[in-house]
Amino acid sequence: MAYTLNVNGASHSVEVDEATPLLWVLRDILDLKGAKYGCGAGLCGACTVHIDGAAVRSCVTPVSGVGTRAVTTIEGISDNPLGKKLQDAWLEIDVAQCGYCQPGQIMSATALLSKTPKPTDADIDAQMSGNICRCATYNRIRTAIKLAAGDAAKKEG
Amino acid sequence: MGFQNSKHGATRSTVTRRSFLKVSAATGGGLMLSFNLAPLAKALANIPGESAIGAFIRIGMDGIVTIAAKNPEIGQGIKTSLPMIIAEELDVDWKDVRVETAPMDAEKFGLQSAGGSTSIPRNWDNMRRVGAAGRQMLVTAAAKTWRVPESELTTASGVVMHAASNRALKYGELATKAALLPAPDLKTVTLKDPKTFKVVGKPTKDVDGPAMVHGKPLYGIDVSVPGMLYATYEKCPVFGGTVARANLDEVKAMPGVRHAFVVPGTIKPGEVGLNAGLSGGVAIVADTWWQANVARRKLRVEWNEGPMAAQSSKGFAARAAELAKQKPEMSVRSDGDVDAALKGAVKVLEASYSYPFLAHATMEPQNCTAHFSNGKMEIWVPTQNGANGRGMIARTMGIPEKDITVHMTRAGGGFGRRGSPDPMIEAAWISKEAGAPVKLVWTREDDMRHDCYRPGGYHNFKAGIDGSGKLVALTDHFVSFGSDGKFAGSANMGGNIFPAEFVPNLSFGASLMPLGTPTGPLRAPGSNGLAFVFQSFLDEIAHAAGRDPLEFHLDLLSEKRVAAPAASTSGGPQAPAFNPARMRTTLALVAEKAGWGKRTVPKGTGLGLAYYYSHQGYVAHVAEVTTTSSGQMKVNKIWVAADVGGQIVNPSGAENQVQGAVLDGLGQILGQEITIARGGTVEGNFDTFPLLRMHQAPPVEVHFQLSESSPTGLGEPALPPTLPAIANAYFAATGQRLRDVPFNKPRDRDVRV
Ligand code: FES
Ligand code: FES
Repeated sequence: MAYTLNVNGASHSVEVDEATPLLWVLRDILDLKGAKYGCGAGLCGACTVHIDGAAVRSCVTPVSGVGTRAVTTIEGISDNPLGKKLQDAWLEIDVAQCGYCQPGQIMSATALLSKTPKPTDADIDAQMSGNICRCATYNRIRTAIKLAAGDAAKKEG
Repeated sequence: MGFQNSKHGATRSTVTRRSFLKVSAATGGGLMLSFNLAPLAKALANIPGESAIGAFIRIGMDGIVTIAAKNPEIGQGIKTSLPMIIAEELDVDWKDVRVETAPMDAEKFGLQSAGGSTSIPRNWDNMRRVGAAGRQMLVTAAAKTWRVPESELTTASGVVMHAASNRALKYGELATKAALLPAPDLKTVTLKDPKTFKVVGKPTKDVDGPAMVHGKPLYGIDVSVPGMLYATYEKCPVFGGTVARANLDEVKAMPGVRHAFVVPGTIKPGEVGLNAGLSGGVAIVADTWWQANVARRKLRVEWNEGPMAAQSSKGFAARAAELAKQKPEMSVRSDGDVDAALKGAVKVLEASYSYPFLAHATMEPQNCTAHFSNGKMEIWVPTQNGANGRGMIARTMGIPEKDITVHMTRAGGGFGRRGSPDPMIEAAWISKEAGAPVKLVWTREDDMRHDCYRPGGYHNFKAGIDGSGKLVALTDHFVSFGSDGKFAGSANMGGNIFPAEFVPNLSFGASLMPLGTPTGPLRAPGSNGLAFVFQSFLDEIAHAAGRDPLEFHLDLLSEKRVAAPAASTSGGPQAPAFNPARMRTTLALVAEKAGWGKRTVPKGTGLGLAYYYSHQGYVAHVAEVTTTSSGQMKVNKIWVAADVGGQIVNPSGAENQVQGAVLDGLGQILGQEITIARGGTVEGNFDTFPLLRMHQAPPVEVHFQLSESSPTGLGEPALPPTLPAIANAYFAATGQRLRDVPFNKPRDRDVRV
């Protein structure tokens, strides 16, 4: 089947089976390697991307369900001011160990801050618990989200 | 071994070049000499306008310094920390440094592996000397340019200066000339006074950070090679099993499938372990990885599973209970007269502990890209030990090692898993048979079911306490895995496990159960299970003696009661003997930071402490634990003190490693268990093998205790005390002992897929 996808603001035509998960279209057809494969079952969040701004697990999202909605991946998240702030905060806090989960973490955190600009610890727990970090950088992920949120608040105020 | 270790009596002064080459071939050393022999070898890519200063350093005319990171990066931060050491002695600013992963080349870079927290202790001195040699060459070049004695020159921030004539030359201006000079003898180069360090000891961000947060391809799974096909590989659920029959024609008819074939495998019956050979199975090669896996759903294989298919976790537990009633099959250590001491004891304590098999579950599943063409093999792989995989490919496929090129990529976690060669040999074999470059990616289920697991273990303790509350007798009957008196991989117990040497009457014995499942190192191998059982039982003893655990332990650590046996074999290249004074200091520090004995906690909350010496690191924890209304264990906070020598190379990375190791341990104790049924692994994904998640992760407060010793690695030693500290805190909170982990034992999970 032919699909036209809107990814990071650009239009791409792909010819794949309708059940193909968006993750593998992004990674192996469009050569966007930022979204990662971790579990293939919606359990780890490594594959998180945005569809119309909402965080989704691309490993369990069939390409046929995407339609014309806007797909944003880690490669395009700098265009979102919150995404950019989070990337900067991630670097400032030196969050990563192996780094493999971090694109997914940043995508989930961006979705969190766009709904909840000043998240509490409980908000962070609720939104981020779907993203596993095997290296367990959770202390720093939390700090980086708060740093980005504080920054965002300042700019707004 | 031990070239950097001359002060401990290693071979430096007596070794000739030729014999050192032999030594290095045997041990993977050789870094320093090869630097001397091939100072101008441009091991880093040859870039026009840049000059190679030895194998590790390249300097551009613009002053940008590129430094080779010799060891694989698996999330332990070594790609940042080893180049920091070179940059320090080279005397350049970190902002001017770029880092490149070194090619795999033992002659130039020595041992290029990650494991045992050895990268820092093995390379600390070497990397300093490499940097200092580079600086020396730049100084010599400047001295020749100005015709002044080298002794009048100084360096700072990538500039050589001659104060007397007020002249200065940037490294970028000197590099071309310096590159033509012979390299100085690494043994005699001048090293900086650590007090003047400007790079080492400063919190430094991961060099791959910017690429990571933008999702740039960094990992093995991200590799793309022109013309590449994708493979999935189904292996027998029972290790060593082979394919009897498979419906290949049906699979080949699926969309996108280019090849489907049986790989016979090379593992001899009865051999167990991921180094034993290539596991047999069915390879499916397709245009996309997804297509390969859709086709795999149609695959039906009849396996020759072999005799190990009778094994199960339930069977092991039952057999371990039987063995526990008997005398140990073998003695591991025996001091004093345990029987007499137990008879004379005022109080005798008995308890049995167990811990489960564990998977590594690296976030990036095992994968490897291979391209066989014209008799040569090219490999791209996230590995902790590329040389091991290369050797296996050479042996198995008859390709000379010199015709196998290995590119090490960043790895999405390692934890010991990626020292094994299995993804490499599988991809290599499949590429050759498919006649194309192939990227093999394991599914998460493949990864979890074909691991070299942390072996489970069963410990049966007895202790005697005298009238003054002192521990006077201790026995452990360890029921483990192995056969013919040989422990299975990472299933062993040394005779020097603490508190050996600190208890006058002590005996450790072991009995073994045969095991068909591969086992191997998982972060702090051995220690990760042993610390839990010993430090938990010691806590039981302290409470039974009516003593505060901190006071009990400081007292226990105050004097050795038995002379040390022959040198320990655990923990890295130097493995100096356990120094109880360093442990006491570390324990006292963490107790102080956690407010041990100084603050009251609410009812239902408790503090527990534990400590352990592994991989040359001294680490002590205090955990604060409470229970939720639903009876779940909740950890509020963990304090850690660590003594890993006199210098923390990168404090940012170091803190991150400690926090990660501690939270890794918390994940283990909460709910991780691998179950064996019909000889195979039951769990396949994160629903049944739960990794720690954000809402379960408490703050981990880290303190470093600096000591006089040379710096050691930090990937591992912070994990072992975590489980017992939590279990001991749980006891303090609830009065219940956690003797069988994990806390949430999987129920009724005895059906293999
Ligand atoms: S890979 Fe999609 S949630 Fe794990
Ligand atoms: S940094 Fe390694 S999985 Fe998160």
